[in-house]
Amino acid sequence: MVRILGFLVGLGFVGVAAWSLLWGTIAYVKEPPVETVEHRFHQHPHDASYSFDGPFGRFDRQQLQRGFQVYREVCAACHGLNLVAFRNLHDLGYSEAEVRAIADQWPIQVPSVNPETGEPATRKALPADRFPHPYANETAARAANNNALPPDLSLIVKAREGGAPYIESLLTGYQNPPANLPAENRPGTGLYYNPYFANLNIAMPPPITADGQVSYADGTPPTRRQMAHDVAAFLSWAAEPTMDARKNAGIWTLIFLIVATILAYMAYQNIWHGPTSRRVRETGPLDPENMAKSEEASRDAGIAG
Amino acid sequence: MSFPWAEQYRPKHPFMRWMDERLPLPRLAYNSVGGGYPVPRNLNYAWNFGVLAGLALVIQLVTGIVLAMHFEASAAGAFSSTEHIMRDVNQGWFLRYAHSNGASFFFVVTYIHIFRGLYYGSYKAPREMVWMLGLVIFLLMMATAFMGYVLPWGQMSFWAAKVITGLFGAIPVIGEPIQIWLLGGYAPDQATLTRFFSLHYLLPFVIAGVVILHIWALHIPGSGNPTGVDVKTPQDTIPFHPYYTAKDGWFAALCVTLYAAVVFFWPNFLGHADNYIPANPLSTPAHIVPEWYFWPFYAILRAFTVDFILPAKLWGVLAMFASILLLFFLPWLDKSPVRSGAYRPRFRQFFWLLLVDIAVLGYCGGAPAEEPFVMISQVATIYYFAHFLIILPILSMVEKTTPLPNSISESVLHGEKAEAAPAELPGVTPAKA
Repeated sequence: MVRILGFLVGLGFVGVAAWSLLWGTIAYVKEPPVETVEHRFHQHPHDASYSFDGPFGRFDRQQLQRGFQVYREVCAACHGLNLVAFRNLHDLGYSEAEVRAIADQWPIQVPSVNPETGEPATRKALPADRFPHPYANETAARAANNNALPPDLSLIVKAREGGAPYIESLLTGYQNPPANLPAENRPGTGLYYNPYFANLNIAMPPPITADGQVSYADGTPPTRRQMAHDVAAFLSWAAEPTMDARKNAGIWTLIFLIVATILAYMAYQNIWHGPTSRRVRETGPLDPENMAKSEEASRDAGIAG
Repeated sequence: MSFPWAEQYRPKHPFMRWMDERLPLPRLAYNSVGGGYPVPRNLNYAWNFGVLAGLALVIQLVTGIVLAMHFEASAAGAFSSTEHIMRDVNQGWFLRYAHSNGASFFFVVTYIHIFRGLYYGSYKAPREMVWMLGLVIFLLMMATAFMGYVLPWGQMSFWAAKVITGLFGAIPVIGEPIQIWLLGGYAPDQATLTRFFSLHYLLPFVIAGVVILHIWALHIPGSGNPTGVDVKTPQDTIPFHPYYTAKDGWFAALCVTLYAAVVFFWPNFLGHADNYIPANPLSTPAHIVPEWYFWPFYAILRAFTVDFILPAKLWGVLAMFASILLLFFLPWLDKSPVRSGAYRPRFRQFFWLLLVDIAVLGYCGGAPAEEPFVMISQVATIYYFAHFLIILPILSMVEKTTPLPNSISESVLHGEKAEAAPAELPGVTPAKA
């Protein structure tokens, strides 16, 4: 009974799926899917390597400081970093006093309350504060940016397919639209052509426009490529400040687990094939009489080998 | 417990004797996973994954309980409290990555455990209850994993909640009220998040309860084995402890090493970038995909594209649920008296085809709903249902099987399994009691 019902249910699902397949195939043959313009012109991030790649890679503090400088002087005008606090900048190698100074001199102040009147007020940032938002709210952000919303950058490296290389490619990827780009895909007002962006036209104006836009204290030549590379590294840190701690812990954990696995394997070998049981053959020889019977039965059943 | 020659628990220490007379918990452990549980001597490594699934459940419970101490189940605070765990809680990043990748680890070992059951006919009499309880665990796991994925309240969380509860909306007439009742509103919001959090905390303990039933039901007939031949004599078995505790132990250490490598070095490999964007009801992601362990079922859901009496969407929903529920009937669909695929050459071919088929479904489920993936998933869906509901019942009636060994110990002596325990191990003689 179960099998008859199952058979009918099976026929039902198989039949309807086959019906869908038939119509799908007809549609596919009649109108093969055309590659979208976005798909044709979209480019994947170019290869970029970072000091923190792979299990043994770690953040380069000098680079993070340079990247932070790019964020502060270029990105911070529009993009927030609301999951990162000034105190986290210790990770970049800044001293306590330097962090306090960075917070104190941050161009945007932190919303506060006037202690005497209770009126809304602002105060200078402290190391314990998160980076203040560049705009009071989403409406203000959109109003200032041609109705586009600059995303918060705290998690941007983890929140985009392609990670840091994508950010780097995007920042340096602004170019004139190719001549064969259809008119409806050309950038409209307030949009810029960038083949690394999924729909090809991005509302962010080119942020890194010229070599030497920032001047690095450590003497690294501030080329456009270098600035994009450094800020992508900084944003990778901002997305996951605990990455170094994670990889350090991972190496020791794996060493411990590999040793534990080897010891457990030896214990297993000892129990299954230890000195007391080694007296016995580990696997017996094939019993010729029974093997012959088995082969004969296989032949009778019409099964080769 | 299961065989007359099982060793009896003999407490040595006076305290254990005192305990045994009042609350025989040590005896229970001894009979379940100790020297008192005789296990076929020829188990291969496919039999290690049940223990691993239990280990994964423990990892999820421990990490999850600590995560819940720092998590804020509110639409406004869920995303930022998750990042608070990642950034400010001591070793919070470890807890969260261990938990999110722990779910994948749990599904990997559970899928291998299920496929082992399919290949070796573990669902057949007398172990039907073990099989069905296992499927109940699987369904509970899927519900728990889905609700857990919603909790960080990222873009994929939000849209997964919307899509999955939307499946109930496909049911005629009562579908939409059910969807609203499940969500606690017209769209996923605060009410959805708090109820999912509550259930996500509850269901793992329900799973633990069903796991106890699963093991209880297993211990009545005892474990199966790669030959599928019943245990006949004491020579066929060895005590669970120390033999299988040692084997499970080292293999678990190996698997935890692989899991730890993912947690520490590639923790986001199995995740989706969009879930690091806070939930936004006004912005639909380009491709809404569930976590990898749901991909085969997601492909079946999307394979039904044409209305036929019922709307296409309802067919998809029915097929998706049917694809799991039909497994409950498997013991009665496959009536072959031979359990193990090792002695069923035709069955074996179809089994591997099924495995490839499910891999193809998985690939298509993760791909965008475009051609040719839809057509491929339709072909794979056809095979999936045909395999269980049409091929297996017919096959089990007509196939020719190869001869079975007379007993487990005979198959061991023939060298059929190099992994098998040597004969005359200590502890295999009948208990003298």
